[in-house]
Amino acid sequence: MSTAAYNFAYLDEQTKRMIRRAILKAIAIPGYQVPFASREMPMPFGWGTGGVQVTAAILGPTDVLKVIDQGSDDTTNAVSIRKFFAKTAGIHTTTSTLEATIIQTRHRIPEARLREGQILVFQVPIPEPLRFLEPRETETRRMHALADYGLMHVKLYEDIARHGHIATTYAYPVRVNERYVMDPSPTPKFDNPKMHDCQALQLLGAGREKRIYAIPPYTSVVSLDFEDHPFERYRHDAACALCGATDSFLDEVITDDRGGRMFVCSDTDYCEMRRARGHGGAASENGQCAGAGDG
Amino acid sequence: MYVAVKGGERAIENAHRLLAHERRGERSVPELSLEQISEQLTLAVDRVMAEGSLYDRELAALAVKQARGDLIEAIFLLRAFRATLPRFGATEPVDTGAMQIHRRISATFKDLPGGQVLGPTFDYTHRLLETPPSDPAAPATAPALGEAMPRVTDLLGADDLIEPSPPPGDATAPVGDLTREPLAFPTERDVRLQNLARGDEGFLLALGYSTQRGYGRNHPFAGEIRLGEVDIEFFAEEAGFALPLGRLFITECQMITQFKGSATQSPRFTRGYGVVFGHGERKAMSMALVDRALRGRELGEETKAPAQDEEFVLSHSDNVQAMGFVEHLKLPHYVDFQAELGLMRRMRAGVDVVRSGNEDMQEAAE
Repeated sequence: MSTAAYNFAYLDEQTKRMIRRAILKAIAIPGYQVPFASREMPMPFGWGTGGVQVTAAILGPTDVLKVIDQGSDDTTNAVSIRKFFAKTAGIHTTTSTLEATIIQTRHRIPEARLREGQILVFQVPIPEPLRFLEPRETETRRMHALADYGLMHVKLYEDIARHGHIATTYAYPVRVNERYVMDPSPTPKFDNPKMHDCQALQLLGAGREKRIYAIPPYTSVVSLDFEDHPFERYRHDAACALCGATDSFLDEVITDDRGGRMFVCSDTDYCEMRRARGHGGAASENGQCAGAGDG
Repeated sequence: MYVAVKGGERAIENAHRLLAHERRGERSVPELSLEQISEQLTLAVDRVMAEGSLYDRELAALAVKQARGDLIEAIFLLRAFRATLPRFGATEPVDTGAMQIHRRISATFKDLPGGQVLGPTFDYTHRLLETPPSDPAAPATAPALGEAMPRVTDLLGADDLIEPSPPPGDATAPVGDLTREPLAFPTERDVRLQNLARGDEGFLLALGYSTQRGYGRNHPFAGEIRLGEVDIEFFAEEAGFALPLGRLFITECQMITQFKGSATQSPRFTRGYGVVFGHGERKAMSMALVDRALRGRELGEETKAPAQDEEFVLSHSDNVQAMGFVEHLKLPHYVDFQAELGLMRRMRAGVDVVRSGNEDMQEAAE
């Protein structure tokens, strides 16, 4: 098989049209999971096929695509998906959040503020926020239809009763546009506030589960909480060892087998951009001259 | 000094080169041809066509070769290719009663019109490991049977002892297609059968087995298993009649199970149906058992067993979906894990405070 046998961005036009219809419906009903006839893609289910189908359906020849996994442009699956579109659509790719018109992501939202005209495409494994409370699709659809989210509040309450705080660290449920409770995909809850009132369009695709949902620009996205136990972001209490950032989500990197560790930005583009501007951290060369953690 | 991990692209390319090398194996050993796979690993190719949901021996053989004999990987390759093909429509229902029979057995009648035809089967072979002859004796032949063999269920149907299939009035209804419309519950039988026909043989085998062991028992009999070639036809609007498209080699199984009857229906036998591309009796039989189990709701039976639960069965039968999601655990999860790690430290710190507090209190008491 040569790539010449495939359409622009791999999918045939009928399939793209079907996906675009689902996307439009999803935008019209923010946070609602729209079923769509997901296709088998040339990468496995669970490896971003939902995001890939959404990206394939919205990609145009002038788009500039960025793909991240765990915040990084260089993780193997991000590389694989970026190459897939470079090959099947011949579009420009980038690692810069600012340059990209479409950003496909797994598990993170970039640190840089997104702007109007950009589209953030999430890869979603389990789109149903109620799934682990109620395994039946027939039941969860009914619960969404009735906005019956008591079960979720009970779960969060039980967390507080047992641990003294809400013990959910990623895929932390949000309510979109004051209506649907939505799974923000397994991003750390640190990223939840970035979804609120975002200038960019956010599309979420779950290939295996055959669902697409969306957050239109400037839509309210509120993390579920209680008045006396408000939502809290979490990040490691440290500065990035490379760029000194104290506001970014950090990855812990184990440096030896004697308990040595350091923290670095999960968003590699953000970290590089800061270092290019002269910021430095404890473990960087810039750190020696610019002073650690000055940002 | 730590540098953010780079070079994923290069590593992937090298991994793929190594894979191609490993796939080829020892270079002094002649390479397998697609004809060899198609002719000598027939049943592997059949399974890949069935669960890959694409009737093309050549492509299925290529998939088996490319996948290094990993059949689920081969099924995935075929499915991904299939997903790029346009859909023209649905063929006319295949008439398996008019099948050109290669094998046909019934476990419910000792003899029946057309007789029992054993055909090529592993049944009754002794499973003794031995090198198969490279030039086996030519098979025995007999004159071709002139007439089509009636299906056992047709014979029972003549006396109204078994439910009609499809139900009257249903024959002309359009069939569902879960590759074009996502699965929605509750499902109709056409979509369930499509799901099972594409489903993983091992999964259906285990579920079918579970119904035999009491988890949703429904007293099945293998009414008939038949294997052979059938014609497929497509109704062309322009021509105004059904055009022959070719022939398919398929395996069909009809399980016959009891039904005690209800207020509106007299007691009669019910059906469980299984059909697969190629020669796949184990899969066809398992499918028939599970199909019947999934009809519990429709027939007013108590549905408690896993095999009777359509959401459970239909959501987990697809091995391409299952393998993808299980194996996606290989992908990095640093971010989520870091978040969990933070929570774990916080929770442990809380426990330590409580513990040391308790110790202080004990000391005070002492």
